[in-house]
Amino acid sequence: MSGDLAAAVRDGDERALARAITVLENHGEGYRDLVADLYPAGGRARVVGVTGSPGAGKSTLVDSLVGTLSERGERVAVLAVDPASPFSGGAVLGDRVRMHGADAFVRSMSARGAAGGLAAATADAVTALDAAGFDWVLVETVGAGQSEVDVVRVADTVAVLVPPDSGDDVQMLKAGILEIADVFVVNKADLDGADRTVRELRRVVERRTGDWDPPVVETVATTGEGVSALLNALTSHRDAADDQHRARHLAAVRAALDRAVDEQVRETVAAAGGVEALADRVAAGDGDPASVVESVLEGPTERRRQP
Amino acid sequence: MDATAADQRPIRCLVAKVGLDGHDRGAHVVSRAFRDAGFEVVFTGLHRSPDEVVRAAVQEDVDVVGISILSGAHETLVPQILAGLAEAGVLDETLVLVGGIVPEEDREALREAGVARVFGPGTSLASVVDFVREHVER
Repeated sequence: MSGDLAAAVRDGDERALARAITVLENHGEGYRDLVADLYPAGGRARVVGVTGSPGAGKSTLVDSLVGTLSERGERVAVLAVDPASPFSGGAVLGDRVRMHGADAFVRSMSARGAAGGLAAATADAVTALDAAGFDWVLVETVGAGQSEVDVVRVADTVAVLVPPDSGDDVQMLKAGILEIADVFVVNKADLDGADRTVRELRRVVERRTGDWDPPVVETVATTGEGVSALLNALTSHRDAADDQHRARHLAAVRAALDRAVDEQVRETVAAAGGVEALADRVAAGDGDPASVVESVLEGPTERRRQP
Repeated sequence: MDATAADQRPIRCLVAKVGLDGHDRGAHVVSRAFRDAGFEVVFTGLHRSPDEVVRAAVQEDVDVVGISILSGAHETLVPQILAGLAEAGVLDETLVLVGGIVPEEDREALREAGVARVFGPGTSLASVVDFVREHVER
């Protein structure tokens, strides 16, 4: 059944794609087979992360990028991640409000409590969009502070938006979000302080070591000014950083493996009655916690091989 | 495990403003109530066309489409959205709600066209949340 869904996704059926992302988000029925069926179809899309502080203009810039790319005949998908309420688990996903750029597949995702600026399922959703044949996948993170850096594990190229007049040199040197930039974007470049921010960022770039010096691009997302220059910068990074791209792909694979290991261990333990049952066994003198877990994980191999 | 995951799945709602109607306070208040109820709410923003609402509903794979309309154009715009959802093949599995100013005599026609419920002024937020919880097929 997931084979049918994956086939429809690869054929570019929007409804199937939307369904598939829901399955990936919820780890619903057929989740693992779906990932397996979609994974080999990908690897073609340019995946661009767009991050920056709340109000920096991420959604507006993404809308502007969508408009320009669509005019060039490129197929574009957007994944827009917003935070969930820590109290109810619900979320208001408002990124569509800024998006008028007609022809894109736009999917809003709740971060569902994940802390790194993306949702746990964002990487899987990118896999689905990639398999659906989009030329570009734009991943917009939650309004990020200085540590929401998960986007590097998902995107080939990361654009960090820095608002004009934002902080002094010292602020600029802070680790985290500024370190992950492949391209700096000073959006709202028509505002006072933009020139100063551009100068400060260029100084930061000069101090960086590495093969790639992140360009600093000025944009006014509301008018589309500078958006072509930004696309050029994104494209040159992607072309220049092929090795880096491969390294990031491997990192993404490793992260996916980590998640798969975690999940399968948890499932195996759950199948053995969960932590409560193991605690009872430890209490009954069946062994220490580590050896009880070991006996569960070694357990009947045939059962674990079943889907 | 699959069954449990399905049970925990948050209800997804699209809250849509359609046509030349700039009144979005109600949509904001309902969006917030949905969020506080644990739903994931996609808000379209103002001045969307029926086609844009339909496309958003499909792409976001929502369980609920809530149309907020206070302009009096419900007789035109709501059926267009319903037709679009039907054409996209999602009307049967989507709970369509209308909120706003809809005269009593227009409501029956909307219900017959596929709107599950019309909520007018004075509706309590809890009753909307309860209605969604009761009627979304899980």
